[in-house]
Amino acid sequence: MTDASKRAAAARQFISALPHCRALNMVVDEVAAGMAVISMPWAPELVGDPVTGVIHGGAVSALMDTSGGAAVLCHPDAPAMTATMDLRIDYMRAAKPHQRITARAVCHHMTRSVAFVRAEAFDEEDGGPVAVANGAFTVVGGT
Amino acid sequence: MKAPEPIQVVKQRRDAALAGLVEGVPYIQYLGITFDRRGDELTGVLHYDDKLIGNPVLPALHGGVTAAFLEVTAIVSLSWTLLWDDLETGRLDPEALTADAEARPRLPKTIDFSVDYLRSGLPRDAYARARVNRSGRRYASVHVEAWQDNRDKLFAQATGHFLMPRRDG
Repeated sequence: MTDASKRAAAARQFISALPHCRALNMVVDEVAAGMAVISMPWAPELVGDPVTGVIHGGAVSALMDTSGGAAVLCHPDAPAMTATMDLRIDYMRAAKPHQRITARAVCHHMTRSVAFVRAEAFDEEDGGPVAVANGAFTVVGGT
Repeated sequence: MKAPEPIQVVKQRRDAALAGLVEGVPYIQYLGITFDRRGDELTGVLHYDDKLIGNPVLPALHGGVTAAFLEVTAIVSLSWTLLWDDLETGRLDPEALTADAEARPRLPKTIDFSVDYLRSGLPRDAYARARVNRSGRRYASVHVEAWQDNRDKLFAQATGHFLMPRRDG
């Protein structure tokens, strides 16, 4: 296997092993060095505003957090494990009901103990991200 | 002097209003979050379930679940403080809250939310309480803390800004 396909396989395995990611039907769409794209479908049980059918911000947080962790694990320094230390999310606009949400995370800097991540979440509309996030993740067992 | 209301009347009104606020939101039900009420003080309770696990090796609650629990607690607590005066002065009928989704007060919208993960969430129930630090006409700032076994050992805390729902259209 090439490095890229090994990374993709590892990322898919990472997501499928996490019960909450399975519960939200998250799938890995793309991975590269220090980058991960993960998406999940709209679902009625994720709705935060029953009048409009807009998904709850918390569900978007879960997707952003997962994509961030996956981006860290896909980094060429190959940490064995990571956990979220802090995550700040800015909500730009409501995600369109019944549309898939896709989060793209980039681990843009890594030290021996901390990984820094930026992420953006999109629905299926053209107009900009629904949310952006910045996070710091712990790094265990890097090279 | 007016006689104080019978305790059951007061309890029923407040509990009905709280139920109307919480039970209408599918995501709160999905995560298994309920609220304990002591007077006007609310404590969010995240009831443990296997589907809330992120890391199955430790095992630990998913960071996204922790964030969602904090955000839900912040929004419900903020809405509750907005609702309280109308409820206690009789301007708001708690029965209408449960009966008609359209009649429910609109919830505040999250502008930003910043979570500190202090230790990993253990596979058991978690609790959270929010403090509304500022509540203006348009914006509010809310701090929320979550713990499991010991109230003094928080496993996560967060601060968020919220856009207030428009009052009376």
